[in-house]
Amino acid sequence: MGEQKTFIKTLIGKDAVLEGLPDHPAVKAILGWNPSALADAKFDLGELTLTIVPEHIATAAAAMQAAGYNFFEDLTAVDWFPSSPRFQLSYHLVSHAFKERIRLRVLLLAEDPAVESITSVWAGSDYYEREVFDLFGIRFEGHPNLRRIMLPEDWQGHPLRKDYPVEGYR
Amino acid sequence: MSNPAGMPVLEPAEGAKDQHMVINMGPQHPATHGVLRLVVEIDGEIVVRVYPEIGYLHTGIEKTCEAKFYHQVVPLTDRINYLDPLANNLCYALAVEKLLTLEIPPKAQWMRVLLAELSRLNSHLIWLGTHAMDIGALTVFLYTFREREDILRLFEAVAGQRMMTSYIRIGGLAMEPPLDFLDRVQGFVRTLPEKIDEYSNLLTGNPIFHNRLKGVGHLSAADAIALGVTGPPLRASGVDFDLRRDMPYSSYEKFQFKVPVSNDADCWARYEVRLIEMRESVKIIQQALDGMPEGAVKADAPKIVLPDREKMKTQMEALIHHFKIVTEGFEVPAGEVFQGIECGHGQMGYYIVSDGTAKPYRVHMRYPSFPILQALETMCKGRMLADVVAVIGSIDIVLGEIDR
Repeated sequence: MGEQKTFIKTLIGKDAVLEGLPDHPAVKAILGWNPSALADAKFDLGELTLTIVPEHIATAAAAMQAAGYNFFEDLTAVDWFPSSPRFQLSYHLVSHAFKERIRLRVLLLAEDPAVESITSVWAGSDYYEREVFDLFGIRFEGHPNLRRIMLPEDWQGHPLRKDYPVEGYR
Repeated sequence: MSNPAGMPVLEPAEGAKDQHMVINMGPQHPATHGVLRLVVEIDGEIVVRVYPEIGYLHTGIEKTCEAKFYHQVVPLTDRINYLDPLANNLCYALAVEKLLTLEIPPKAQWMRVLLAELSRLNSHLIWLGTHAMDIGALTVFLYTFREREDILRLFEAVAGQRMMTSYIRIGGLAMEPPLDFLDRVQGFVRTLPEKIDEYSNLLTGNPIFHNRLKGVGHLSAADAIALGVTGPPLRASGVDFDLRRDMPYSSYEKFQFKVPVSNDADCWARYEVRLIEMRESVKIIQQALDGMPEGAVKADAPKIVLPDREKMKTQMEALIHHFKIVTEGFEVPAGEVFQGIECGHGQMGYYIVSDGTAKPYRVHMRYPSFPILQALETMCKGRMLADVVAVIGSIDIVLGEIDR
């Protein structure tokens, strides 16, 4: 089983990943495309995480798509309140050819978090970006229909933020 | 575009206000399989636009998870996709076990495969019954629910619950299955292939069913991949990808089964693919029964896995562990994992972020019914309004997993 053997290796940091996994298709793709867009990287529990500079996420997604990671699986956010940068976006991409999953990560500051939409690369990211917008209040520039998806239009606040109480405001 | 009550209203396209009509379908329409609301713009009988409105069942399960211990999240998971409960439990348990790097004994893994396939059959039986009922073939519903009842009885025997099983736990299973459980499963899978023939006899040769599905709801492979479609609809569009075979988990790599693929990419192809999948599930269950290993069904990790009742009442050590796990949970090393599995509807995934405490920092669920709604417009555009019902049936959605 692929996952079992990769458990052995843990690589933390950009240099460690570039050195330890020079033949990984995603690592090769990012080096061939724009190495300066890669802010950080790690390989942990059999999963590769590439941290991308926020401005480059849409082009990074397109580069990954061209490199064989053809399927957009998931997008969500994590709120690291009160630390900074506050928001983390996690994109999960699957390659049908390599039978493998990678994670692209983007870190955003607390004030007016916004990032470029990847709907031009995968139309299927539409609902996921709306969900993150709805529940975290992160804007996606260039999204065709950025409206709340789960909650009513007139809802106040973004429930999955850590400063939003579990029981809601009363 | 929104009215004062916060409900968005779809306006007919500019220049077509005289000819186009906007109609509302749902959220209480029986053919929408739950509380899905569709705003459909039609030109006569022809569908121009479909706009799904979701969120009626949104309960904020992801937020609730952040306030629970890891083991308390398990009962929340099977309430999300209540037609495929054990797949939810399995996916969550696998994700946490990956964070804990916990070894699961072989018997537990094989039992998990067996139960996940029973659960898949449960999901497919409900899909087949309700799909046929939407098309107008009411009889099949009664047949499939007869077999579904058998599966629910098996779940009840093993977990004490018919639907909200919570039987697959972090570190293995909740308890040993009853002694006669495997024999009962054997009895069930021995008769199921005939029952599937029975459904096939009722539907495959039925000209009405055939005409309502053949060529309806076309979704090309490129569109399916772009829109995040997974599972049987993806394979019916000609993409040969199944996580059970291609990225195996829980010892699926030790089982032999075929992954049905069709290139027709219509509702009929989805029907055929799922019917073959049911037959393959029976084969997997048979292999699991034949090769069921001996041994424990819980990992040897007393600080994570609850002890057996018997030990808890007789051994001091076990009682302490039980008390500790129930009152303060267990700490999970910091990190993030994404665990994907193939459930009845498609690719399910749990993304868990741990900050090293006893409660998950963030739990996100990727469920297959959520992205597939985006493909609804592509599949319905330019077709008759009545085909919308056939398409919704063929993509097999559960609103609980869309809204979470």
